[in-house]
Amino acid sequence: MQILLAALVLGGLGLVLGILLTIASKIFYVEIDPRVEEVRACLAGANCGACGYAGCDACAQAVVKGEAGINCCPPGGAAAAEGIAKVMGVAAEVAEPKVARVLCQGATGVAAQRYIYDGYKSCQAAAGLACGPKECRYACIGLGDCVERCPFGAISIQNGIAHIDEKLCKACGKCVAACPRSVIQMMPASAKVLVRCRNMDAAKPAFAVCTASCIGCGRCVKACAQEAIQVVDGFAHIDASKCTQCGECAKVCPRKCITVE
Amino acid sequence: MSELTKILLFMVSCILSHNFIFSRFLGCCPFLGVSNKVSTAAGMGLAVTFVMTLASLFTYGVYHWLLVPLGLKYLDTISFILVIAALVQFVEMFLKKSSPSLYGALGIYLPLITTNCAVLGVAVLNVSEGYNLVYSVLNGTFGALGFMLAIVLMAGVRERLETANIPKCLRGFPASLIMASMMAVGFMGFTGLV
Repeated sequence: MQILLAALVLGGLGLVLGILLTIASKIFYVEIDPRVEEVRACLAGANCGACGYAGCDACAQAVVKGEAGINCCPPGGAAAAEGIAKVMGVAAEVAEPKVARVLCQGATGVAAQRYIYDGYKSCQAAAGLACGPKECRYACIGLGDCVERCPFGAISIQNGIAHIDEKLCKACGKCVAACPRSVIQMMPASAKVLVRCRNMDAAKPAFAVCTASCIGCGRCVKACAQEAIQVVDGFAHIDASKCTQCGECAKVCPRKCITVE
Repeated sequence: MSELTKILLFMVSCILSHNFIFSRFLGCCPFLGVSNKVSTAAGMGLAVTFVMTLASLFTYGVYHWLLVPLGLKYLDTISFILVIAALVQFVEMFLKKSSPSLYGALGIYLPLITTNCAVLGVAVLNVSEGYNLVYSVLNGTFGALGFMLAIVLMAGVRERLETANIPKCLRGFPASLIMASMMAVGFMGFTGLV
């Protein structure tokens, strides 16, 4: 009798709680837009945060709410945009694919060394110590803050500066945010002619600190038939929309800081 | 001693001298698992406080108004587990509907609490110590606040440990365990307080 009572009480307790929970789940049911799931399936799923949201789930919610565009997922690229467009019922507009690029050629031996840095392996830390271990205050420090942040393993340090494998780069922009020197920039993948220096100093000091620095001489400006190049803040800027990628500027550059991919 | 003084002393002893983590060693799993950041630790602490208060209330009811009259005291642990698991589910559903912002803050921690032994511990302790309803609920609330104090303190220490220059073999989990034991020794000092 006693054991039957125990089984009854426990079974009854479980049953009552189960029924209460079932009722509660009906009362407190929160409607979830089925499109959220579908959009979520289209995203890259790396949870990299390149979209500006906390993760892929948050991004999918924002897309359905209309806060984020269909091009919100840089790692997913055109495929993701197309998938989201299908779910959301809008036409896909394919964004110009972008890629991160290191705008510095100051490798070991090219850029003058100010001191040998032997501390905590972080560009951020080294940059705070007497303006960094390289004489050039604008150069890539090469301790790999960007390497550490890259979720796709696209960046490596070669000969003291960062190199980005453009095939692996998904344009999430984490390296751009990580670089204390802002030498990594997001650019259209189609722009192949690049000024790989961001030294803002006048010609003389810029000349002294690195053999591959832009001294703002303006020879590329004259060589460019498209008038796509301007010297601003001490170094040359190429307007990618005007550039025809003829490569004349790279030929005349005395410092070899303009490169053609 | 008046009743009010007794209750005040009881609250202090729940938080400090009878701290769930440092003197009863209950709830050590979330204490070590969710104490990487102060903000998440505080979130976990709040969620535990919420659930432990409700759990002590409901398990008191189940024990004294259902199990004792039927002479089924020995079913206490298993029925407490049932009640707590259902309660956590219910709280999660309720929060999701009524306060999405609070759900967003506590949501991920709530399922973790189902398996938090401090919650079952408080229910069992309330029975074994023979607390009445008021003391049971106070034990739940202030015991959980003690848990929150411990986990937030630990998270603060661990945030500092991240950047501290300590021997490689001790980095990470070993250093955290050593810190936890030192904190436990510290809290042992409160034993004579109440």
